[in-house]
Amino acid sequence: MISAAPGEPQRFLQAQIRWRPLEILFWLSTLLPFVLAPSYLILASQIAITGLFALSLDLILGYAGIVSLGHAAYFGFGSYTAGLVAKWGWGEPVSGLLIAAVAAGMLGYLSSIVIARFRHLALIMITLGFGVLLAEAANSASWLTGGADGLQGVRMWKLLGLFEFDLYGYAAYAYALVVLLLAFLTARRLINSPFGLALRGIRENALRMPAIGADSRAHIRKVYTIAAVMAGVAGALLAQTSETVSLETLSFQRSADVLVVLILGGAGRLYGGIVGAVVYMVARDQFSGVNPQYWYFWIGILLIGVVMFLPNGILGGLARLLPAAWRRA
Amino acid sequence: MSTLALATRGLDKSFGSLGVARNVTLEVPRGERYALIGPNGAGKTTLINLITGMLKPDRGQILLGAQDITLLEPAERVRRGLVRTFQINTLFPHLNALEAVTLAVCERRGCSGRWWRTLPSYREAIEEAHAILVSMELAASSYRPTRELAYGQQRLLEIALALAARPSVLLLDEPAAGVPQGESADLFSAIENLSQDMTVLFIEHDMNLVFRFAKRIIVMVGGRILVEGTPEEIAADQRVREVYLGRGTRHA
Amino acid sequence: MSGMMTSALGVLFDGIAYGMLLFLLSVGLSVTLGMMNFINLAHCSFAMLGGYVAVALTNSFDWPFLATLPAAFLAAAFLSVLLERILYRRLYRASELDQCLLTIGIVFVSVAAAAYFFGTVQQSVKLPSYLRGSVSILSQSFGVYRLFLIAMSLLVSVVLIVALEYTRFGAQVRAAVDNQRMARGLGIDVDRVFAVAFALGSGLAGLGGALAVEIVGLDHAFAFSFLVYVLIVVAVGGLGSIAGSFAAAIVLGISDMAGKYYVPELGAFLIYLVMLVLLMWRPVGLFGRR
Repeated sequence: MISAAPGEPQRFLQAQIRWRPLEILFWLSTLLPFVLAPSYLILASQIAITGLFALSLDLILGYAGIVSLGHAAYFGFGSYTAGLVAKWGWGEPVSGLLIAAVAAGMLGYLSSIVIARFRHLALIMITLGFGVLLAEAANSASWLTGGADGLQGVRMWKLLGLFEFDLYGYAAYAYALVVLLLAFLTARRLINSPFGLALRGIRENALRMPAIGADSRAHIRKVYTIAAVMAGVAGALLAQTSETVSLETLSFQRSADVLVVLILGGAGRLYGGIVGAVVYMVARDQFSGVNPQYWYFWIGILLIGVVMFLPNGILGGLARLLPAAWRRA
Repeated sequence: MSTLALATRGLDKSFGSLGVARNVTLEVPRGERYALIGPNGAGKTTLINLITGMLKPDRGQILLGAQDITLLEPAERVRRGLVRTFQINTLFPHLNALEAVTLAVCERRGCSGRWWRTLPSYREAIEEAHAILVSMELAASSYRPTRELAYGQQRLLEIALALAARPSVLLLDEPAAGVPQGESADLFSAIENLSQDMTVLFIEHDMNLVFRFAKRIIVMVGGRILVEGTPEEIAADQRVREVYLGRGTRHA
Repeated sequence: MSGMMTSALGVLFDGIAYGMLLFLLSVGLSVTLGMMNFINLAHCSFAMLGGYVAVALTNSFDWPFLATLPAAFLAAAFLSVLLERILYRRLYRASELDQCLLTIGIVFVSVAAAAYFFGTVQQSVKLPSYLRGSVSILSQSFGVYRLFLIAMSLLVSVVLIVALEYTRFGAQVRAAVDNQRMARGLGIDVDRVFAVAFALGSGLAGLGGALAVEIVGLDHAFAFSFLVYVLIVVAVGGLGSIAGSFAAAIVLGISDMAGKYYVPELGAFLIYLVMLVLLMWRPVGLFGRR
């Protein structure tokens, strides 16, 4: 058997992960709202935030295969941390964001120690239980969190000392977009690294991993912590750009929502969270006049439909239509 | 004692009243090729599971070289050189063959936790993985997803994954299981080409493989070791004949 | 909740009553989870349906409360058969994620439907006079409704145990829970057994939902808000174990009551903490296997 030319396997792997023109186009198009839809910049910033949150869930769900029904715990924790830091007098956005990131990361790491020990149903229930536990704790600690009224008195300073977070949303969207891009680049690098390969190994066949000498638990703890940091950053962005934090950020509702967004876009495809966020939030904005109950009715129908008919989400469906352009595991 | 690559002493395992391993004591010297045979349900795969740590024994010891590994986690045993393949393909369906073997290589090298540099930059690991695939005659399929490979090729990939961990002791669980006659040539030559430094214990029903490659044969029945010996001794052994051919009775 | 009594015995009694309710609501889920590992997060939607059936029948149609109970049971069982035929059946071997997503979708739909038909306000049932108020036994006051609830649950438990131990169907259920593959090998049509058990379990949830209105109230979000409690009972009790669900329900019912009475600031926080700790100590639940 003829062996490959030197470096060929390496070049093959390199080709798999190179930037595709469609991706560049996508990121350029994220600048369009500034020009085409300046009155929707607040919505755009919320889409970016939701996309970031969904991306963080994709790391653990789409790549490592961990089903979490309580991911909002880290989102809300980051949100409240950022909000409290500002409320207590330090309104500088970027450093507040970093503080929230670290806090969420610590919470993620601590919970990952427990979570990495379980699989299947027990894991799902523990993530659900943990999320509900944190939400209840936040509810009870109303002296800290403001309880059902939400956190009041969050006042942000100007971003980089120059840009005010106002109702026009320029600063908000620019801020959220930059953070999203940075997080995305990090996630992309992670997915394409040996660690990303190990995560996919865990998802593809958790049984085989110890048989090749892998410490799956350590891998899971690591990705879970990173995902918690990202979710916390998303939550902090929301707190800072909207200058408010509510219990809803920790709720099961929020955990279920981000799951819907990710599944809608397609898990395990890196862009699924962002695509899902765009579709979901735009649709919700269009229906915002309507009673919220009806919205959840249709989301329920959508979920049922996706499970029965479109298991790989929008991107998965597209992948089947355009195999050459989107060939990606 | 360090001439022994693998040894078990008095391994016992029961599920309730069902004894699946009874006082199993065996020794495999370094560099040898041993075969483990026996009728279905004799406990061969259970024994592999006990040795690799996927099952905890009720009693007994497992020794890898001079080390007692009885209490070690499965992944730790692999890192010390005790590696197995699975009877039913336990592969990564959506990873291509190159990725799968590279993953195993990275785990061994300790770079699987690195998330800051991209995979292609780990040139040596990739080349090592590719070399293993070449040695298993899988080079042409390196870039295809595992689930698209032919069954025989998947069996070879099973072994490739194990080899990536650089085992000193390799446990092959029915490597030829389900492989049609036409595809087994590659498998045979792959096993033949295994390094002579490596100790191999393989479970097999295919007697061609057994008599061709095994230096000694261990026969297991009902969780116990019935007899052990050279292929000629085993072929002539009356008890082994009875177990395989029955005393005129059929198994249920 | 009404009828709080100012003694440890009172808290205990309330806790047992609440626990019994939790048992009725959870036992169906425990059995079906244990049998097929099918994650049915929509279980409390059936309970909610039973509750609304009781509300509608007593308030709008003047049915006697007791008559609404079998109606609630049947309505929930009927709906579960429908859903099982159309949706669930196709996902028995699907991934956990898919099962979660499907059943969460059903929860969303049911919550929205409940809000559409009944609004988002708290509902109540019209109880007959003989179920209201309290009686005095050994100089201790006990709520009549809670006594009724306990009696009802015990009755159901007895029926369940008898059915499991002494009927052929019960034997099939036990076999399927114990070892699904072997049960199939013995010729048991596990899918059919599951469908029937699922219908019965959902019916029981509906019955529980009807009984629950008086104790915990009912609104459109019930399918969500009660889900966590039911999952706690099932997880702690052990999948597939009726005795486990019973024990876990009683323990959690009493601790929740005691927690809310003696340490109200912690509220529901305590119950979740207890659950997490128990689950981490024994991941298969108190009486579970595997």
